[in-house]
Amino acid sequence: MSQGQTGAEQRLVTPGMTIGSSTGKRAGSGIIAENETFVATQLGWLREINNTVSIDPIHAAYMPRSGDLIVGNVAEVRNNLWFMDINGAFQGLLPMSLAPWKVEFGAARQHMDVGNVVLARVQEVDECHNVVLTMKGVGLRRLNQGTVESIPVQHIDRVRGENNATLQRLRDACDCRIMVGENGRIWIDGEPEGITWARKALQMVASDGHTKAFEAILADMEQEQKLKGDA
Amino acid sequence: MMGGYGDVQLLNEDGSRLDGRKVDEMRPVSIEAGILPAADGSAMVTQGLNVAVAAVYGPMEAHPRKIQRQDRAVIDVRYNMAPFSTSDRIRPGFNRRSREISKVTAEALESVVLVERYPRSKIRVEIEILAAEAGTRCAGITAAAVALADAGIPMRDLIVGVASGKIEDTVVLDLDKAEDNYGQADLPVGILPNTGEIAFLQMDGDLSPDEYNLAMEYNFKAAKEIHEIMVDALQRRYQGGEA
Repeated sequence: MSQGQTGAEQRLVTPGMTIGSSTGKRAGSGIIAENETFVATQLGWLREINNTVSIDPIHAAYMPRSGDLIVGNVAEVRNNLWFMDINGAFQGLLPMSLAPWKVEFGAARQHMDVGNVVLARVQEVDECHNVVLTMKGVGLRRLNQGTVESIPVQHIDRVRGENNATLQRLRDACDCRIMVGENGRIWIDGEPEGITWARKALQMVASDGHTKAFEAILADMEQEQKLKGDA
Repeated sequence: MMGGYGDVQLLNEDGSRLDGRKVDEMRPVSIEAGILPAADGSAMVTQGLNVAVAAVYGPMEAHPRKIQRQDRAVIDVRYNMAPFSTSDRIRPGFNRRSREISKVTAEALESVVLVERYPRSKIRVEIEILAAEAGTRCAGITAAAVALADAGIPMRDLIVGVASGKIEDTVVLDLDKAEDNYGQADLPVGILPNTGEIAFLQMDGDLSPDEYNLAMEYNFKAAKEIHEIMVDALQRRYQGGEA
């Protein structure tokens, strides 16, 4: 018997729960097909888009993919490379050849030291989870100012909204620069009041972004911020 | 015939057990998910007087490197009984029993977790028994399964730990402390309720084939009931945020 169900209404499914027949449908993330039946493998909300059944997990670890824009912390420095904490199971490796500067062997520390924060892109991920990062690219740099806020990785899409609509609203409301890393870290730069508001708003979007009350809460927060700015 | 040890009588004359349960009745079970804010996933299982807390961390890079597997994650389980969990104080730290239970629990969990998704990683599962009244390894497995699901770890099913046993030549479900100490057999199993598979099985004492079949029948019936409570615990935690 099917315990979960597909369709417009979202259902919370748990690992092992039978979703329904797999005939004519594709298994997306969090779903496996066994004996022509879909079975959930993760705790999350069931979703069906374009004949693909998948699960929006409630909790998930960051799994780096090639091309991801990430906010990383320098965790370790060697003679010719940096190890970055990218909020995943494994550290990312940034070789000096992929840094935006001309780095002499042994002089890596002069450019970036432990604790520095960078905006980087995932260059390559192999099947053993070795992650190579690059800082060669438009906008990729060491972040010398601003602050970094962390939210659960699975809620990054909520922060962006459709066509980055929600993100743009946040930027406009707090008058800050905001960069969203795929690894759940968000860089915010601007006036201290704006940063404080943005941090509060980001946490709200992450926790309530999927609820019906979200629009009203965000509108209230925007209005409150606007009144503060006018005063 | 008196089947236990000494003069301990474990069944009343009407066939009920010392705590009034029927032979195929388990102790009351309650489960709560997400009780530890610092853990990636956590759960507390109360079964009779047993209290088991499980916390899950990871997947993370496996250290030391020699334990890494290039094609899958390793599950590192640490089962521990708190010194105050029984009436006699337990000496803190690992002992032979906790090492054995940690090992069998890890093997049971490895058969349900999709470990091939996280090569070279480690998933850390900490099981702490706060109060013990027989059946703690089963309560620990159940708590670990809920905590793993709460942490978003992909699994084929929610594994359930249940036990049956034999007292006074009668097969009974879910032994309590007196029945475990003075009974004739104990059969803890880890069951995957949706597929009916067995991921873990131990047997202490002797059971005839018929007794074994009856004990497994009780175990499967109890596993279904506990599984419903597990699903309910997970749904209760998150349904509040439903759109």
